[in-house]
Order: sequence, then C-alpha cells, then structure tokens
Amino acid sequence: MSTALEVAASVTDPELPMLTLADLGVLREVREDADGVVVTITPTYSGCPAMATMRDDLVHRLADAGYAARVEVSLTPAWSSDDITAHGRAALREHGLSVPGPAPQGPVTLNLLPTRRALTCPRCGSAEVSLTSEFGPTACKALYRCIDCLEPFEHIKEI
Amino acid sequence: MAHPTPDPNDDGGSVYDGLLEHHEVAGDDSQWAFGTDFEDPLAGMDTTVPDDVDAAELATYCLLLGDDALVLSQRLAEWSSNAPDLEEDIALSNIALDLLGQARLLLARAAAADPAVVPALPEGSPAPVEDALAFFRDAADFRCTRFVEGPNGDFAQTIARLLLFATVRLAAFERLGDHADPVLAAIAAKGVKELTYHRDFAGRWFLTLAQGTEESRRRLLAGLAQVWPLYPELAEAYDVGPEVDVVLDQVFAVSGVERPEAGRRVGGEHHTEALSRLLAEMQSVARAHPLGVW
Repeated sequence: MSTALEVAASVTDPELPMLTLADLGVLREVREDADGVVVTITPTYSGCPAMATMRDDLVHRLADAGYAARVEVSLTPAWSSDDITAHGRAALREHGLSVPGPAPQGPVTLNLLPTRRALTCPRCGSAEVSLTSEFGPTACKALYRCIDCLEPFEHIKEI
Repeated sequence: MAHPTPDPNDDGGSVYDGLLEHHEVAGDDSQWAFGTDFEDPLAGMDTTVPDDVDAAELATYCLLLGDDALVLSQRLAEWSSNAPDLEEDIALSNIALDLLGQARLLLARAAAADPAVVPALPEGSPAPVEDALAFFRDAADFRCTRFVEGPNGDFAQTIARLLLFATVRLAAFERLGDHADPVLAAIAAKGVKELTYHRDFAGRWFLTLAQGTEESRRRLLAGLAQVWPLYPELAEAYDVGPEVDVVLDQVFAVSGVERPEAGRRVGGEHHTEALSRLLAEMQSVARAHPLGVW
C-alpha cells in the first residue's frame, strides 16, 4: 500500500498535468492526525481557481487509496516560482513550456521597460523570441512568440 | 444519499454512469468539476486574533482592503471581451482575478476576526462567510474607497486608475507584511508579488499612451483628470506617503505628464451611486437564490 505522502505527491496539477503538485511546489505537508490525513497546500496566486480542483483531486485520490483526507491551506511563505523542482522544470520543458528564471529578490522596483528575459524557444531552441503579453491563459503564465519558428509559447512567470 | 451505481452495460445505462463511480465514498463529491461544497480559503490556518490587535479594527481594515479589491476586480472584469485587443483583455482579466483572490482572503479574514461583520443569511444558506460579505451587504455597509467605484471610462482612464491603485496598494502591502496579525501579513506578502506585475503593466501602458499618438495622449490626460479628484481618499485610506509619490513622479516624468495639482480630499463619506449600480448587477444572482448550490 502506498503511503499517504506518496499518493498526495503523485497528484497532478489540473492546469499543468505534466507536473505533480509536489513538482509545482504547492504541496507543503502531509501528516496524519486522529481524524485521518491532513494535506497542506499553498496557492500559486491569490486567485488561482485551480485550488478547489487540487483539493478535490487530493481527497479523491487519497480516498481511492484508503485514506480519509482533508486539505488545509498555508500562505506562509508565499509560493515562489523558485519552488518548482528540477524534475518539474524538466517536465515543463519537455511539454513545450518555458521555465521561470530566478524569482526577483529584495526591494520591489518599478519597471517601465518591457520585461527582458533570456529565454529560448522551447520548440526550436532559438533565442530570438518576443514577449506578447505578461499575462496569459492562467495567472502564472506570460505569452511569447518565437521569431524564428513563429510558434507561440507560454512562459511560467517569475514570482 | 446512496444510489446503486448503474451498470453501463444494462439497458437504460449510459456513458455518464462512470461519473458516479465514487458516489459510495461518503462526502466525496469529486466527480463534480468543482465539488458541491465551498472551501474555506483559510482552511487550517490559525485565525486567532493576537492579543495586541483589536479584533473589530482588524476586521474593519480587512473589509476596506477586501472591498476595494472586490469592487475594482468587478470593474476590471467588465473589460472581458471589450478590451482594445486580446492581450489586454487577458491581462485585465488576470489582474481582476488576482484582486478577486485577495478580496476572498481578506473578507474571510475579516469574518474570522469579527463574526459580527457578516450579514445574517436565511437558514440553510450554503454561502460561506466571504460570499455572505460580498453578495449580501448593501452599498452602505461596504468599506471600499470611492476611488474604485466609478465606471471604467475608456482604456486610458482604466490604466490611469489602475496605476494609482496598484502603486498605493503595493506600498501599503509591502508595509503590511510586518503586520501584527500574521494572517493579514501573509495575505499582504503574497499580494505584493501580484501587485508588482499590476503596477508594471499599468506604468508601461501609461507611458505608451502618453508618448503614443496625439489622441492616446489626449485620452490619457483626460482619464487622469477624471480619476485624480478621488485619489487623496485612496492615499489617505491606505495611509501611504512619499514612497508612493516617488514612484508616481517617476512615471509622470518619463511619460512627460505633469503631476496634477495636489487635490483636496473631496468631502463626504458616502459611497457614489455607481457602487449601488455595480452591486445590483454583481449581487443579483446570489440574492435571487440565497439557498442556491452550484
């Protein structure tokens, strides 16, 4: 029988199904108390609508494995794109997504110029890419276009 | 309720029967896309108010921050399918979503700190406390500033308001990361990351419109003039100071826009008529079906 931690760690993100919640870095803790298994997750963004689905998927999968589970939320420390594991980054790249660079540190500065990131196209590897929008189909992504192969791609933003 | 799981191979069985596969697990509604119950956005967090914090004051402050985010989120969402291009449509919707998430956490925090702020709902209502606050309070009970209430105007006016709002809120949230209430501090620290993107987005568009065409500049200046009279109310409510002026002056200077004259806070404590109209639309479904489950 799999442990509760093994089951919880294998549940995938509803929007990025190539990533487990553990790879995304939102799975904070799995513990057992008198009432069963308690899983703690953290939202990527405050308004992330996938939280409800993550919770349901965790409860569902743990129930299938014989565990009565409930899901709690932790906001501290706030999720950072640095929390995505090396394994998760490889999976993102393999599926055509551009992985985040290091999250900004220190004081927040105003940036009036277009964001410059040293990215390569996840499809053809070209470094000639252009930012389409800092906001994409989900809260955690920016939109890019490759100037060489002309394909659009998504970049997981640094936060 | 326990129903026998129908067999899809039986007469009268259907391809959808598999959806009921987990029905026998008590309380497991996971076959429904978003479950059938609500979740507490602060589930499992210690919401005890620290001894050195006044619970009623904390709740009032969280309502101000939560209501401002809720109302501006609703305004920005009005741009969905209406923005000048698809990218800006998506950007404004993303910003609205971030603010909605902040509102949800803050209203839940207010309710946990002081349950007296939550309006009474009909018996049997499934609405969680943050929904009760969002959908079942009248305009007079909202704590938002008038700065966020008015209609969007055109895209330029929306950008001018968003720049001022994100700059003030970001400065306040950076400070609130050290608040004596750890829950508010955590919500604020998380919000800083989101607001940084909002401020950059609004600042870049402010500069682009100011230095774009004669028409874009005319519209930007008109939009700024429209939102500026209520700006002192925003700055006062968030208790921000020179750190905000430094940022705004930087944007104004690069954009070649003269900072409007320091306005006097416009008198009156009441909300604008625009808030009532916004709430009438936002709250209509919840109020028509106070016992509704979806």
